Amino acid sequence: MTILLYLVPAALGLGLLSLAAFMWSLRSGQYDDLDGAAHRILNDDDVRID
Amino acid sequence: MKIAADYSSFLRPEADGRFNLELAIEGISSADSIVEIEGALASIPGLSRARLNFTTRRLTTEWTEADCDPSPAIRTLERLGYRVAPFVSDVEESEEDRYTRWLLRCLAVSGFAAINVMLLSVSVWAGNVTDITPETRDLFHWLSALIALPAAGFSGQPFFYKALRALRQGDMTMDVPISIGIILALGMSVYETAHHAEHAYFDSALMLIFFLLSGRVLEHAMRKRTRSAAANLAALRNPVASKISPDGHMSDVPSDALVAGDLILVTAGSRIAADGVIEAGQSQIDASLMTGETELAAVKPGDLVYAGTFNHHGALTIRVSAAGSRTLLADIEKLIDEALTSRSRYVQIADRIARVYAPVVHIAAALTAMMWIALGTSVHDALIIAIAVLIITCPCALALAAPVVQVITAGALFQKGLLIRSGDMIERMAEIDTIIFDKTGTLTLPEPSLIDASQLSDGALLMAGRLALSSHHPLARAVSEAVREKQKRLEPYPDAQEITGSGIQCVIDGVEARLGSPSFCSLPAPLWNENASVLAFRYGSEAGLVYVGQSLRPDAVETIKKLKTKGYHVMILSGDHADIVRKVASELGVSEWRGHVLPKEKRDLLVAMKEQGRKVLMVGDGLNDAPALAAATASLSPATGADLTQASADAIFTGKRLSPVFDMLTLTRKGKRVMIENFGLALIYNLIAVPLAVLGFVTPLIAAAAMSGSSIIVALNALRARRAETFNS
Repeated sequence: MTILLYLVPAALGLGLLSLAAFMWSLRSGQYDDLDGAAHRILNDDDVRID
Repeated sequence: MKIAADYSSFLRPEADGRFNLELAIEGISSADSIVEIEGALASIPGLSRARLNFTTRRLTTEWTEADCDPSPAIRTLERLGYRVAPFVSDVEESEEDRYTRWLLRCLAVSGFAAINVMLLSVSVWAGNVTDITPETRDLFHWLSALIALPAAGFSGQPFFYKALRALRQGDMTMDVPISIGIILALGMSVYETAHHAEHAYFDSALMLIFFLLSGRVLEHAMRKRTRSAAANLAALRNPVASKISPDGHMSDVPSDALVAGDLILVTAGSRIAADGVIEAGQSQIDASLMTGETELAAVKPGDLVYAGTFNHHGALTIRVSAAGSRTLLADIEKLIDEALTSRSRYVQIADRIARVYAPVVHIAAALTAMMWIALGTSVHDALIIAIAVLIITCPCALALAAPVVQVITAGALFQKGLLIRSGDMIERMAEIDTIIFDKTGTLTLPEPSLIDASQLSDGALLMAGRLALSSHHPLARAVSEAVREKQKRLEPYPDAQEITGSGIQCVIDGVEARLGSPSFCSLPAPLWNENASVLAFRYGSEAGLVYVGQSLRPDAVETIKKLKTKGYHVMILSGDHADIVRKVASELGVSEWRGHVLPKEKRDLLVAMKEQGRKVLMVGDGLNDAPALAAATASLSPATGADLTQASADAIFTGKRLSPVFDMLTLTRKGKRVMIENFGLALIYNLIAVPLAVLGFVTPLIAAAAMSGSSIIVALNALRARRAETFNS
C-alpha cells in the first residue's frame, strides 16, 4: 500500500493544478466573450494593431 | 447648426497610461462583424487597440492620449451601417459581474473537491465489498475530510449567506434545508470517521454543492446576457447631451452626468436629455412618451420640458432643472412604488414549496430517530439514519427545478428579442388572461415611418434614402430607415449639405438632388393631412412627394388576431384623442378601447380589473403607462420606451414587430408547465428515496446516485421548455 504515498498526492496535485489553471483563465478574462472566441478561431487573418 | 459629436470626454484613464473608451454597438448580425469592425479601425490615429466583445456587443477601444479624438472611429463604424454609442458601465452591472465570477470560483473549487473525494469514495465502496483494511479506509476518509471541509466551507458560502439572511428575516427558502443538509452531512461524516465507521458522506455534500452551484451560475450568466443587452439599448437610445459650459464651449456629456443648472442644447430631431426650462429657441415637441398624445405641442422660452420628449423643429437651449422634474416624476414614481409593493406579495412556487418542505422533512427526520430508538436501536445508529434522511431529502432537484427552467425560457425569449428582468416573472406572465395595450409607440411604431412613396421611382427613392442619411431630422431618418430595409449597406453622399429648416442637397453626377420641404424642391405644398407629414424629393426633372407618419407595427393586426384566437381578452387604453384611438382599434379589430386616459385612471382601471379576478398584462412605452405597468400582474415595454417605464416593466421587447408579445405569453406558459412537471419529478424522487432512508437502507453510494440522478432528470426535462408554439411556427 506504500504506492498510495505517491498516487494520492499525485492525483491531488494534478487536480489542484487544473483548479489553478481555471482560476487563472477566469482572472485573465477568458470567459468574458465565449461567443466571440468561438468565431475568432475561424478567422485566418487576425487583425492586430498593438 | 450641426455639432460634431465629441466623445473625448468619455475616455477613461487606464492603469498603463492609456485611455479606454467602451462603445455599445447595434447592428452586429454575424461573426463577420468582428473582422469588419476591428479591421476598419486599424488605421485610426491614436487608437492602439480595438476589440469587439461578440457576447455583450461592446467594443473596447484603447487610445494613446487623453486628447485623442474618437469621432473618426465612430464615423467609420456608422458608415459601415452600425449604430454606436459610448457606454459607461453602471455600478449594478459590475457588481453582478463580480458576483458571477465569485460563483464560478466556488463552482470550480466544489468541482475539484467533488472529483477527488469521489475518487477516494469509489475506492472505499469497492473496498468495503472486497478486502479494504480498516486502516486504509480511515486514511481515505481523513483525506476526504481534509479536502471536503475547506472546499465545502468555501464553495457553500452562497447558500450559507442566503440561508442566514432568510432565517434572520424569519423566512424560509430552499437555502435553509440545503445548508442544514450540507452541514449535517459533513459533521456526521467527521464524527463517523473519528469512530472508524464504514460510511462517510463527504462526496454527497460536495456533489450537492456542485449541482446547485451549476444551476446558479447558469442563472446568473443568463441574467448577465439580458442585462448587458438592455444596458446597450439604453446607451444607444440616449447617448449624449450637448452641454454648453459658461464660456460658451460646447461638449457632449453622458446625459446621466447632467446636474441642475447646466445649460444644454437640443437640436431639431433629437430627444431632450433632461427636464428643464427653455431659455432660448422655439420649437414643436412630441410629448407622446409622457402623455400618449401624438399631436405636437408648441413650446417657447420659459416653458417646462421633460426628458424623453422629442424636439421636432428648432434648436432649443434648455436650463436643466432637477427641481422641475420633481413635480411630475415624483407623482408618477409614488404611484409606481405603491403598485410594486403589491406585486412583491406574489410568492413563487419554489418558495411556497420551501415553506412546507423544510418543516416536513425535519419533522420526518426527528420521527425517524424516535421510531428507531423505540424499536430498540442505539441512539447513535438512530441519529445516523435520521441524518441520512436529511441528506437524501436535501432539496437538490427541488432547488434546481425552477431555476433551470427559468434559464431555458429566458434563453428562448432572448432569441425572440425579449429581455426579461428576472426569472420569477415567468410564473406571473404564464397566468395572464387579459392584455391591455397602450397605443402610441406600442401598437404603432415609436418613430415616424415612411407610409407612402409611390410618387418616386425605386432609383429616386434610393437616392433620397442616401441623401437622408446626412440629416438627423426624424422625417429624414424615416426615409433612410425605409430604404435601408431594402438595401442594408447605405452610404451617405460625402458632399451632401444640410440646410437647416429646408432640407438636404447634393450634386450627383452633375445634377442637383434635393430632399426636404415641398417648397425647397419647387413643388406645390399638398393639402394638409393630419395623419402624415410630407417630404419632397427632386433630382433634375424627376420630383415627387413622400408621406411620413405614425404607422402600426408591421405585424400588429396579425398578432392581435392570434392573441384573440388563443382566448386572450385584448383592450386598448390610450392617452391620445378618442378619434385616433377609435381608428387604430377598428383597424386592429379590437372592440374594447378608451382614449384620453390619464396615468392614474389607467392604473385604477387596471386595479379594478385585477379585483375582478383577471390577470392583466400591460404593454406600454410611455411615462404615463409606468404606474399601470407596475400595477399589472405582469408588464412589457418596448425597448424604445422611457427609462422609468422600462424600469417598472418585467420585460422589454426589441425590434419593430409586435409578435414578441405573443411569443412571451406562449413561452412563459410552457415554461410554467415544465416547472410544475419538474416539481412533480422532484417529489416523485422524494417519495421513493425517503422511505428507503427512513428504513435505514441508504448508503453513501445510494445517496450519491439518487441525488445526481434526480438533478440530471430535472435539468434534462427543463430543456423541453424551449419548445413552445411561437408566432412564426
